[in-house]
Amino acid sequence: MSDRIIDKYAVELAADIREGRLSAVEVTTAFLDRIAAVDGTVKAFLHVDREGALATAAEVDAARAAGEELGPLAGVPIAVKDVVVTKGLPTTAASKILEGWIPPYDATIVERLKAAKMPILGKTNLDEFAMGSSTEYSAYQQTANPWDTGRIPGGSGGGSAAAVAAKMAPLAIGTDTGGSIRQPGAVTGTFGGKPTYGSNSRYGLIAFSSSLDTPGPVSRTAVDGALLHEVISGHDPRDSTSIDAPVPPVFEAARLGARGDLSGVKLGVVKEFAEGTDAAEPGVVAAYEAGVEQLVKLGAEIIEVSCPSFTYALPTYYLIAPSEASSNLARYDGVRYGLRTGDDGERGLEEVMSLTREAGFGPEVKRRIILGTYALSAGYVDAFYGKAQKVRTLIKQDFEKAFEQVDALISPTTPFTAFKFGERTGDPYQMYLADLYTIPSNLYGGPGVSVPVGLSEGMPVGLQVMGPVMGDDITYRVAAALETTQEPLLADTAPDIHANVRFTSFSEGGK
Amino acid sequence: MSTISREEVAHLARLARLEVTDDELDAFAGQLDVILESMKTLGEVDTDGVQPTSHAVPLVNVFREDRPQPSLPRDAVLAGGPDTAEDRFRVPRILDEEA
Repeated sequence: MSDRIIDKYAVELAADIREGRLSAVEVTTAFLDRIAAVDGTVKAFLHVDREGALATAAEVDAARAAGEELGPLAGVPIAVKDVVVTKGLPTTAASKILEGWIPPYDATIVERLKAAKMPILGKTNLDEFAMGSSTEYSAYQQTANPWDTGRIPGGSGGGSAAAVAAKMAPLAIGTDTGGSIRQPGAVTGTFGGKPTYGSNSRYGLIAFSSSLDTPGPVSRTAVDGALLHEVISGHDPRDSTSIDAPVPPVFEAARLGARGDLSGVKLGVVKEFAEGTDAAEPGVVAAYEAGVEQLVKLGAEIIEVSCPSFTYALPTYYLIAPSEASSNLARYDGVRYGLRTGDDGERGLEEVMSLTREAGFGPEVKRRIILGTYALSAGYVDAFYGKAQKVRTLIKQDFEKAFEQVDALISPTTPFTAFKFGERTGDPYQMYLADLYTIPSNLYGGPGVSVPVGLSEGMPVGLQVMGPVMGDDITYRVAAALETTQEPLLADTAPDIHANVRFTSFSEGGK
Repeated sequence: MSTISREEVAHLARLARLEVTDDELDAFAGQLDVILESMKTLGEVDTDGVQPTSHAVPLVNVFREDRPQPSLPRDAVLAGGPDTAEDRFRVPRILDEEA
């Protein structure tokens, strides 16, 4: 077992705190110090709340001293993607239009983190309003991939994934609209889970595409992710799309998977993903196929399934998501929060609004607003938005048919590994391809997780497990089982940013 | 032939209240054209008789009890606004604008 606090998994840290081997203040201090040491290079955080995090940690230590029973993640620090509102802490969605805004309330999932006594380390970088696959569209800074600081950490949740990969946080919150938890997980060698849509509250999530947005866990292992999943999940009356049903037992499922047995589990491989222009690059395919072989060794049965409508998932998504975004982002009118530009006393409201939005939004957000406005405009709405909604039904039906034959679907998480900065920003469509395999689950509403599976030319590759609606448990079980085939765990082999000491520890406790 | 012209992009930007620059118009027109071209593939899909999906999980009419709830403190909300006066958000003039 490693001696460094920052190398430990969340479950180990929680146990150490509960059993008095470490204080919550020691743990939180270790991660804050790590941030101070390496975030100048990684740039994962937009805001660090040292005082707030230490205050929560001190509360945990006091509670323990008073003999109170501690919750499953009490004292374990966490980073939160800056698209989730936090009372009293700046929340920008990585946009200039919200610069300086301090939310007067907490998102439901943040309330739950606080109720679980998890110190919030700070807010992590993302593509502006969670629109992007590289975090390069942040209006503030470029986040580096800890595996190669000349490459992107994925997006939109590149900050959360990079923070966990660089061990600046044991856990983080992400949000996934088309792959923004899973794709950064894949390219940074971390675990990321998108829960069933509606099983995690959207209240306090800055809205991008309301029928798709889902918050979820970012971690190094499936077990850690499952624990966090259970802390934040569950019905919320403040979100009218929230599902009023018990949370699937993901932690138990991850524990089961960690026993390394998948006998009787049927996994579907989507035929269409392997074909034509949808095919992943060879290094990704090789790592993924080696992972599939491991799953077979663990006892899983692999069955090829056909989901013909998945071929249309990308254009469907890029009609639905920007349409919803153009409507959601209409609220940034320079009146109630954030930026106002050009209000000289002479100009009228509409002109000030246009100048504010021009100054406050970055290029990808503008592109999507224009695209959404187009897809919803009179004369086009049936041909574009309406058509996309119908194809969405077909994609959903493909999933439902597949789950009559198999327990879960597997695929590479993303067609390519982390690319170099600037490689795809000039061609938005090339950027969109990063989410080719993750988008179908969002359109369907089912869960999907990405678990590290191997390397391609030294860069991490993720394997995606997609489950049926409210069947999150199977995705965690398969991911945790795959982790048992790695020694050391792939997520633990990221190069240390301060590459002086190389840790190759492996610990049973976190698996 | 392009699907979307520079003029159309300018019109859409106006509808969306975006004061885009000439450089942006040049860039966006080309980029949106590529994106829209890919969307044309949806035309190949037979969707006759297919019901649209607006939401991943079908839920209808979620009600709560019609009881007054505490709202956020006024000052905390106003503090986030770019300009406030007399306990209200101050807005630029809205009359005498061109349509």
